[in-house]
Amino acid sequence: MSAPLLDVSGLETQFPTRDGVVRAVNGVSFTVNRGEILGLVGESGSGKSVTGFSLIGLVDAPGRIAAGSVKLDGRDIVGLPNDELRAIRGKRISMVFQDPSMTLNPVLTVGDQMLLALRAHERISAGDGRRRCVAALEQVGIPDPGRRLDSYPHQFSGGMRQRVAIAIALLHKPDLVIADEPTTALDVSIQAQILTEMKALARDTGTAMIWISHDLATVSSMADRIAVMYAGRIVESGPTATVLRDPRHPYTRGLLDSLPAIAQAGEDLASIPGTTPSLLKLPPGCPFAPRCPRAQPVCANEPPLAVEGDRTFLCHFPLGVRA
Amino acid sequence: MTDGFVTASGVSRHFTPSLPLGERIVAAFGGAVERRSVRAVDQVDLSLRKGEALGLVGESGCGKTTLGRMIAGILPPSDGALAIAGEPVMTCGASPRKTTTRVQMVFQDPFASLDPRMRIGDALAEGPIHHGLVSKAGAVAYVRDWLGQVGLEPDYVSRYPHQFSGGQRQRVAIARALAMRPDVLVCDEPVASLDVSIQAQIINLFLKLRRELDLTLLFISHDLGVVRHLCDRVAIMYLGRIVEEGPTHEVYADPRHPYTQALLDSVPKLVLEEGAEVRFKPIQGELPSPLAPPPGCHFHLRCPFAAERCAVERPTLRPVATGRRAACHFAKTDLNIITGSSSSPAVIASGAKQSS
Ligand SMILES: Nc1ncnc2c1ncn2[C@@H]1O[C@H](COP(=O)(O)OP(=O)(O)O)[C@@H](O)[C@H]1O
Ligand SMILES: Nc1ncnc2c1ncn2[C@@H]1O[C@H](COP(=O)(O)OP(=O)(O)O)[C@@H](O)[C@H]1O
Ligand code: SF4
Ligand SMILES: [Mg+2]
Ligand SMILES: [Mg+2]
Repeated sequence: MSAPLLDVSGLETQFPTRDGVVRAVNGVSFTVNRGEILGLVGESGSGKSVTGFSLIGLVDAPGRIAAGSVKLDGRDIVGLPNDELRAIRGKRISMVFQDPSMTLNPVLTVGDQMLLALRAHERISAGDGRRRCVAALEQVGIPDPGRRLDSYPHQFSGGMRQRVAIAIALLHKPDLVIADEPTTALDVSIQAQILTEMKALARDTGTAMIWISHDLATVSSMADRIAVMYAGRIVESGPTATVLRDPRHPYTRGLLDSLPAIAQAGEDLASIPGTTPSLLKLPPGCPFAPRCPRAQPVCANEPPLAVEGDRTFLCHFPLGVRA
Repeated sequence: MTDGFVTASGVSRHFTPSLPLGERIVAAFGGAVERRSVRAVDQVDLSLRKGEALGLVGESGCGKTTLGRMIAGILPPSDGALAIAGEPVMTCGASPRKTTTRVQMVFQDPFASLDPRMRIGDALAEGPIHHGLVSKAGAVAYVRDWLGQVGLEPDYVSRYPHQFSGGQRQRVAIARALAMRPDVLVCDEPVASLDVSIQAQIINLFLKLRRELDLTLLFISHDLGVVRHLCDRVAIMYLGRIVEEGPTHEVYADPRHPYTQALLDSVPKLVLEEGAEVRFKPIQGELPSPLAPPPGCHFHLRCPFAAERCAVERPTLRPVATGRRAACHFAKTDLNIITGSSSSPAVIASGAKQSS
């Protein structure tokens, strides 16, 4: 096994607020290998986006990374000075957001901002730059790319805008793309097009991806490995299909059972009772304990991290494991 | 289409978007400005039997909300008629009004219409008191009872809107609609913004309400999985028209309209085998602008089976099996009905499906 591209260890990201410290990411560890797609799933507020932002040093002040390391090819990039981070961002690691307007500037033509993005990391003539941009747009399935370069973002449909954002993210052939719910706001037919294209692009270019989504089905069709987040932690990880077919963590099981796709039509769904905890005052021990059907008094203690082959899980009473 | 409990007959709704400022000025000086209108809903026939749950499915902008609002008596149609048990939902004339409390709507953003300074108990009592469903004296007990029915603490009557979580808000919105004792509930994407675990709780609530109250439900959703779980029948919309309609499990198992087929193929499925090669069969192209939908069949530019006829002739929503209709010239049909279309194109369609 070669060393992973990205090695995240013990990552903690916190936001001081009037009401106390929000522990948005609370001791997260995972690795991403070259060319691999890691799916990061969890319900809203579980810390997926903050994890993504933390990896590229984009945590909103006064939020900060309080502990842990993010090693890119063995080099810790937490706490690097801003200019060094900027040299990595967009070049070696880039990000695609749910809302493409986080990437796109409404007052510049698509061509102009793509050229700016190119020139952030390399010296390139206007003519060569334009050719690169046309190729990049073509690669993400934008028809008539030469003409579209002179359009403004609002002249594109939502799906096409997201494609432009993806093209920009891929301009410098990064090692890693962090895609944060990139298809959540799109209709299923456009989502299907983009999923198909991104998967092919990742494969063709050898780009690794962290695919963040709340949708288990989408992740299951994209990701080689999956990490399930709950209340700022990764509670389970492993090969996607293995984890989803035979989950170890009761939360993963609960998420799957909540899906109408699995249940018999018309039958009550085995929903998880209660709601997600406040990150301001997490219960001690396992954060899922108040909602967990398997919880015992010992769950008020920190659960052990179990490693089983290429799987990990954080639970006192994991499913499918003999005690 | 008149035997249903809820009926929409030939219903259309057009919107004329306001012009951009520049064009308004041109128009004010007598310049020629093209004023195109959106046919948000275009000659829709639909009916629901009493006690039935119908899912209304389609991608954003296809007209689901507009149709739902017309059925709920909130928006007058430009054309056509809407009725519940044979009685019109709205008055006719220049300023149409809703004439019945038998239909209520749960909105996509349920709290937009609630006064943030008003306690939930008072907000929920307003309508029932106004319509004489309950006396002022009995209102508190009445609202407490409905909160209980939707799985909320009856004591929440004294809370303010902001004190509720996302899932609780949906429950409040449902209680508010049900407190009007409707026969028909129109729900616009009621679980779309919720996390799956909370979504499952609300789906269970709908299942319970369907069992306990004799509700007729129009359930608007873009989520085919939720509709499969909750609805007896499904209607698929595309650019203002219903393209297919029938019992949910039959439509999902054997879609007759190419758009329904494409939509089903686009939905990501949970993949549970290692190394499974996941392939979508995405629909080609994008949704055409609703301001200028293509002539003939609205789907023909994206349809793998389109023929010349599709570009000129609007397909009617016609029976294709018992209790099933589809609006495609070449839809496969199980019925021995003499229609304009011959049977050979159906063979084309199904043959092409096998070879793909
Ligand atoms: N700038 C911020 N200030 C305070 N809290 C924040 C900030 N950004 C995110 N959070 C909190 O961190 C938690 C995780 O958020 P996020 O990573 O966005 O969740 P997800 O992407 O999984 O929905 C949430 O409770 C959120 O409210
Ligand atoms: N009040 C309105 N004014 C102008 N256009 C509208 C209005 N309401 C809806 N539309 C247009 O009608 C079409 C259908 O919208 P809608 O019923 O909201 O679709 P859906 O609920 O399926 O997303 C869209 O093209 C939308 O832009
Ligand atoms: S009528 Fe024609 S264009 Fe329309 S869906 Fe059927 S085959 Fe396609
Ligand atoms: Mg997020
Ligand atoms: Mg809508």
